[in-house]
Amino acid sequence: MFAIEKYHKAATVQETVELLSQNSEAHLLAGGTDVLVKLREGHEQFKQLIDIHDVQELQSIEMLDDGTLSIGAGVSCTRLIRSEIVQAHIPVLAQAANMLGGPQVRNAATLGGNICNGAPSAENASPLVVLDAQVNIVGPNGSRLVPITEFYLRPGKVDLEQNEIVTDFRIAKESYENTGGEFCKYAMRNAMDIATIGCSVICRMDEDRIEDLHIAYTVAAPVPTRCRTAEEMCKGQVPSKALLNDLAKVVHEDLKPRDSWRASKDFRVHVISTLAERVTEKAIIRAGGIIA
Amino acid sequence: MAIGESVKRVDAAAKVTGRTRFASDNTMPGMRVAHYLRSPIAHGYVKSIDTSKVEELIGVDAVFTFEDVPTVRFATAGHAYNLEAAKRDVEDRLLLTRHVRYHGDEIAVVVAEDDLIAKQALSLIEVEYEEYPPILTPEDAMAADAMELHPDTQNSALPSSCLPKNVIGSHEYSNGDAADGIANADVSLEGTYQTQFQHHCHMETVVSWAYMDDTDHIVIESSTQIPHICRRIVAQALEMPIGRVRIIKPPIGGGFGNKQDVLVEPMVGFLASKLGGLPVRLELTREECISGTRVRHPFKVKVRAGADRDGTLKGLEIDVTSNTGAYASHGHSIASAAGSKIAPLYPRTPIHYKARTHYTTLPAAGAMRAYGAPQATFALDGMMEELAREIEMDPVDFRLKNGAVAGDPHPISGKPIVSAGVIECLKKGREIFNWDEKRKEYAEQDGPIRRGVGVACFSYGSNTWPVAVEISGCRMILNQDGSVNVQTGACEIGQGSDTVITQIAAEYLGIPEAKVKVLQTLDTDSTPYDPGAFASRQTYVFAHAVRQAAEQLREKIIAHASLMTEVPEEKLGLDGDICGPDGMRLSLEELAYDAYYNKFRGGQLTSEVSHKVQSNAYSYGCTFVEIEVDIPMCKVEIKNILNVHDSGRILNPQAATGQVHGGAAMGIAYAMSEELLFDPVTGKIRNNNLLDYKMPTCSDVPEIDAAYVETDETTSACGHKSIGEPPLITPAPAIRNAIWHATGVKVDRLPMGPKELFVHFREAGLLGLSMEKVGARDNVCD
Ligand SMILES: Cc1cc2nc3c(=O)[nH]c(=O)nc-3n(C[C@H](O)[C@H](O)[C@H](O)COP(=O)(O)OP(=O)(O)OC[C@H]3O[C@@H](n4cnc5c(N)ncnc54)[C@H](O)[C@@H]3O)c2cc1C
Repeated sequence: MFAIEKYHKAATVQETVELLSQNSEAHLLAGGTDVLVKLREGHEQFKQLIDIHDVQELQSIEMLDDGTLSIGAGVSCTRLIRSEIVQAHIPVLAQAANMLGGPQVRNAATLGGNICNGAPSAENASPLVVLDAQVNIVGPNGSRLVPITEFYLRPGKVDLEQNEIVTDFRIAKESYENTGGEFCKYAMRNAMDIATIGCSVICRMDEDRIEDLHIAYTVAAPVPTRCRTAEEMCKGQVPSKALLNDLAKVVHEDLKPRDSWRASKDFRVHVISTLAERVTEKAIIRAGGIIA
Repeated sequence: MAIGESVKRVDAAAKVTGRTRFASDNTMPGMRVAHYLRSPIAHGYVKSIDTSKVEELIGVDAVFTFEDVPTVRFATAGHAYNLEAAKRDVEDRLLLTRHVRYHGDEIAVVVAEDDLIAKQALSLIEVEYEEYPPILTPEDAMAADAMELHPDTQNSALPSSCLPKNVIGSHEYSNGDAADGIANADVSLEGTYQTQFQHHCHMETVVSWAYMDDTDHIVIESSTQIPHICRRIVAQALEMPIGRVRIIKPPIGGGFGNKQDVLVEPMVGFLASKLGGLPVRLELTREECISGTRVRHPFKVKVRAGADRDGTLKGLEIDVTSNTGAYASHGHSIASAAGSKIAPLYPRTPIHYKARTHYTTLPAAGAMRAYGAPQATFALDGMMEELAREIEMDPVDFRLKNGAVAGDPHPISGKPIVSAGVIECLKKGREIFNWDEKRKEYAEQDGPIRRGVGVACFSYGSNTWPVAVEISGCRMILNQDGSVNVQTGACEIGQGSDTVITQIAAEYLGIPEAKVKVLQTLDTDSTPYDPGAFASRQTYVFAHAVRQAAEQLREKIIAHASLMTEVPEEKLGLDGDICGPDGMRLSLEELAYDAYYNKFRGGQLTSEVSHKVQSNAYSYGCTFVEIEVDIPMCKVEIKNILNVHDSGRILNPQAATGQVHGGAAMGIAYAMSEELLFDPVTGKIRNNNLLDYKMPTCSDVPEIDAAYVETDETTSACGHKSIGEPPLITPAPAIRNAIWHATGVKVDRLPMGPKELFVHFREAGLLGLSMEKVGARDNVCD
């Protein structure tokens, strides 16, 4: 706890970028559900704040002309869950947002804050990763798009300069069209908990074969991670128990879970395998497949 | 009439509309805040401390270190004073300490204008520590090279010279020859059961504030369960006469035993007196509460038991090793009480109970809801399950065969038990729960997802008799409008005592509850003496005083009515109004006005009773639970849970069920997820926050069913026994027994969460196997 030095409230993205540039020690405040916790713990990094809570440009959920979905960084988890667009095209994201915190936290917590905070456990990270989301970043020199897997650099660190803001997340039509998805948060409590392991899968079927399958985990490596070896293995396969069993083993090739007092490595490895089977099975069925 | 009905809580509307004023809602102009400097290590000695930088900081009023506090050691446990020196609590605390005994121990304290300045001041204090090896288990504490944690403390019960190193207390009792019973039984078994540190997590954290409004009295407002005891201990710690300390207890946001201890009250009293009477508040953060106040003692319990194949339990040997952490607090009382609380459960079986309590360099363990019984019962009813399996008898039948019945002699006192409903509880639960069908249905299962059922039963006391004095007081005043103010020393801590006082007062006065006002704020300057809310004693003990005070006031009212009406007293009654022959009615208001203002007769009509109870009553009950275990997920879901209680006559069914819901939920938390963790090398606390301390949320606690068997307890003023703590006791052993039933895996350590089940299931070979078998299932993750 300490006295806050500066506080500005921005009205537009443009103004935000200007304020950031003028105040080189300032950081953004969206829903504040991560920042306020850090303030209480005394992280002086947040002693100058620019509040983007009311920036309207960050609030939209829309489908662009080419079918790309754009989800504003300022959209709260509650709005994500209730959004018709999200429910219709990428329900896996709503599923994840619905497991974040509790109702009060979800009302405040934004998608942008969840991702920009850089936590390896961020609930919304694994769905965005399997959906190949692009992070739209605006800075003094214009905007840039970064694939979400590249946006995560290391725990607590994302590819964002001090004077940049994330405006929205983009999901291309080919990433979500005709897919079925599933999300699972494995935690010690049903709500208000940090994930021991998080997992998302989306799948597209071609007749009775898997055309494409993406699987990603949180808390299973330093940053949210896709299991590309396992994904390759599944392509073109007819779904079966045996395949799920193999998948449960192969996912580990791309993962590196920690051993900590919160959960042993053995336990995390076991949960990762169990979720590989269960989450994938559900995603395949959602995509119209059947498990032989 | 009122008793036996679900009368609405008298404090409900104020609480749900946010009008109730808790200790930290009350403030005073110029109030200062205090914050502790806590040790970052678990064990050591302060070599040097430098506060000079703090003194320069603007906004700081004072800083005190261990060098500045009184040197008289005091005990913090919330027990009524004992005239026998040997039975008093261990006095091992100072306001601040130089010898660091746990991670978070209190070294210094800062008083400042606001929290920000105080926190800044803390960061400016320079401390050099000499580190000592932490002592984390009773075994460590006994080791030849272990340091003595309290070399200067006099344990009056057992002079330290008689006790092994770092042992704070030990005792044993036996009734009959348990060893012989076991030796001659058809089967005999041994088991070891281990429980964890648990914390109360009351919603309102620990908070007190103090001021002086004259030159020699200290006033302390505190969120406490024990205002009168607190007054005595503060007086002792500050070396003042008791009469110069005044404790005010406003409504409190939960205590569960943590506030049955004197916590920050002596410190705020000390600070206010040092600062010339300025009001000073000390409000602990959640983190400080979890590791810096009190926790539940972990027990390691060895049980040896024997039974005949016909189901007769032949002998029980129970050996408890309890860990009280850095300071005595309730110390050995917990392990001692645990032994007496379980004694009346299987009273026809010879029992030998032994217990010893050790100091370690971990957070101080004190009172927590059910006071040792959950630990002991986890072991005892865990063993009952093992015996039932060994003799191939249904677990309910085995308990029915051995459970207490009225008239059985109590194993410790030898006196007959007045009422005992455990048999009826088991029978009722078995029926409601469809135990027999479920037991059969889940007998043979394989596959990754399995169901199981479990049962466990308990006994518990209704107060602390015969260990301590059991006293309560009540004063009643008839107001001018015919309503009655009731003042008791009983401490409403959320359990609903004010509501039940209202019911009893209304019933024995003969007036509606709406006319009764129980004064909710206790004040030791004016409130009748009662030690407070603990031991599930409150209603059992105060009911005598309240009933007698009501009867006395009623007599005075009738006497005055007789003066007014000239109708003889024996022809008058009270049914809301005074009623007499030929439809005569006189309103209480009219009567009260006459008593107050008639120049020639009457007066303020009051009554006052202080009553000592010299009996105890044993409540009984059981938990039936049905669970579903998802083996690969290492998760247990409770599908059904039913607590059946014999708490004598149920005075307010809704309030009783509230206790069952809250208590069973805490018991489920104890079983499944809550544990205060520390680093096994450094002794540093890992999870003193609600993210990592896994207190369940409302979505983790299932619906809890409650049922009652109403016995008549004739020692009790209204036929009732305890209900506050008992519901917590049996969920853990019942769930443990159900997991065993479902999976064949026996877990003897709490909690039984996914991480622990993973280890057990893997050892049992369940995980490798079942991973092959995991089939398609809907909603596995939903
Ligand atoms: C009780 C509680 C429970 C929680 N439970 C969960 C949980 O279950 N799962 C989970 O994943 N998280 C959880 N969280 C963490 C938190 O709620 C989420 O990470 C949330 O999504 C953060 O969003 P916010 O808007 O509150 O972020 P803020 O706190 O406002 O900001 C977080 C970070 O992101 C930066 N930032 C915010 N918006 C932008 C932007 N548009 N562009 C660039 N940078 C930006 C901020 O500068 C800051 O560094 C919980 C938090 C609390 C307090």
